[in-house]
Amino acid sequence: MFDYNFHWRPVMKSLPDLLEAALLTLQVAVLAMILGIIIGLCLALIRLNMRGPLRWIASTWVELARNTPALFQLFFFGFGLGAFGLHLSPYMIVLAGLTFNCAGYLAENFRGGFQAVPDTQIRASRSLGMTAWQAYTRIVIPQVFRIVYHPITNQMVWAVLMSSLGMLVGFRELSGETQFFASRTFRIFEYFAVTAVIYYVIVKLILGASRLLATRLFRY
Amino acid sequence: MEPTVSFFSGFAPKDLLFLGEAALRTMWISVLSISIGTVLGVIFGWILYEGKWAAALTVAPILDVFRSVPLIIQLVLFYNFAPIVGLNLDPFASGVVILTIYTASLVANVARGGIEAVQPSMRRAARSLGMSYWQDLRHVVLPIGGRAVFPAWVGVALGVMKDSALVSVLGYVELLKASQILITRTQEPFLILTLAGAFYFALSYPISRYAASLERKWAQ
Repeated sequence: MFDYNFHWRPVMKSLPDLLEAALLTLQVAVLAMILGIIIGLCLALIRLNMRGPLRWIASTWVELARNTPALFQLFFFGFGLGAFGLHLSPYMIVLAGLTFNCAGYLAENFRGGFQAVPDTQIRASRSLGMTAWQAYTRIVIPQVFRIVYHPITNQMVWAVLMSSLGMLVGFRELSGETQFFASRTFRIFEYFAVTAVIYYVIVKLILGASRLLATRLFRY
Repeated sequence: MEPTVSFFSGFAPKDLLFLGEAALRTMWISVLSISIGTVLGVIFGWILYEGKWAAALTVAPILDVFRSVPLIIQLVLFYNFAPIVGLNLDPFASGVVILTIYTASLVANVARGGIEAVQPSMRRAARSLGMSYWQDLRHVVLPIGGRAVFPAWVGVALGVMKDSALVSVLGYVELLKASQILITRTQEPFLILTLAGAFYFALSYPISRYAASLERKWAQ
């Protein structure tokens, strides 16, 4: 039944390369999350406060991001834009795809967060003499941040997991690098097993860091 | 294959049929894995709820692995692992197995949340009315807890439907793989990707809207 010989040596030899690729994975995921948070915040505010074409664009963005596969979105940034003569590098494809996706999901989280803060608080802070900007940055945003903290953490995990799709558009992050080595040595199982462990560790580190940060940030 | 003058050929009506068939395959693999995965997931969720620390030490970490490793890595890993233990699975079967376990790992948490959403006093009341443990689960916990987590379950199911696109990495020709094949032949990425995206959207958007409206209705 078990006439397969595991060869871990080639994997161990390329472990430094894999770890370097893991850093690239993290880099793309973090960048996509930062952009995603900024854009997602804008999308949520537009959907809550505006009418007209801008609102329509924001809603379309959110619904497209949430209702189509992430892989489809990557392909779209990959070859879809090629139809308009726009050719992105694999790095940009993954970054654009992840940002598009994260912004859409985060926008819904932010919207829920904003709706959870009662309007009366804004009116109260305005009547205390705060400007609209002050009311938002000092009263609303801190509360919203508390509400969306866990969804953001989850989205960060998703971003890392989703970046593995880079493998299918020729991006050499952790998965792409693994596939590269695996197809060169035909030790597919061993390579992907090690990569799975690396992903697991990354996810656990993110969750752990988030929990640590939460205890520091949210002390009542 | 018949010899043709040009390597590329335009998008023909029969290609729509090809895409349609692939869309059916996407539906088939999703429905199969979601339904088996949901049943398994509910059982796991019940084990997590009843098992207390024993389950927390055994089932929970295993399910956690499937949530912390990218689906694409799981698919490649399983597809290459099955022959090692003497199983010869085609891409479809491998895809179903992994998607099912993946669904189960996500549904398990949802199901446990559902059981926890039922107030203990309600369950004690059911038991004291003479219901057996299983009657209590079937007639009290299922309707109340199920209603509480139904929207979350819809989210999981739609997520798996979209993630089924990843089975293409094993060579299973579902919708996204089919569109990739067509793009290579017709060189019309924008049109074909739009068609594929529209299909996913048309499937996912109404269901998510319906679930959201149900959630609002039940919240009142």
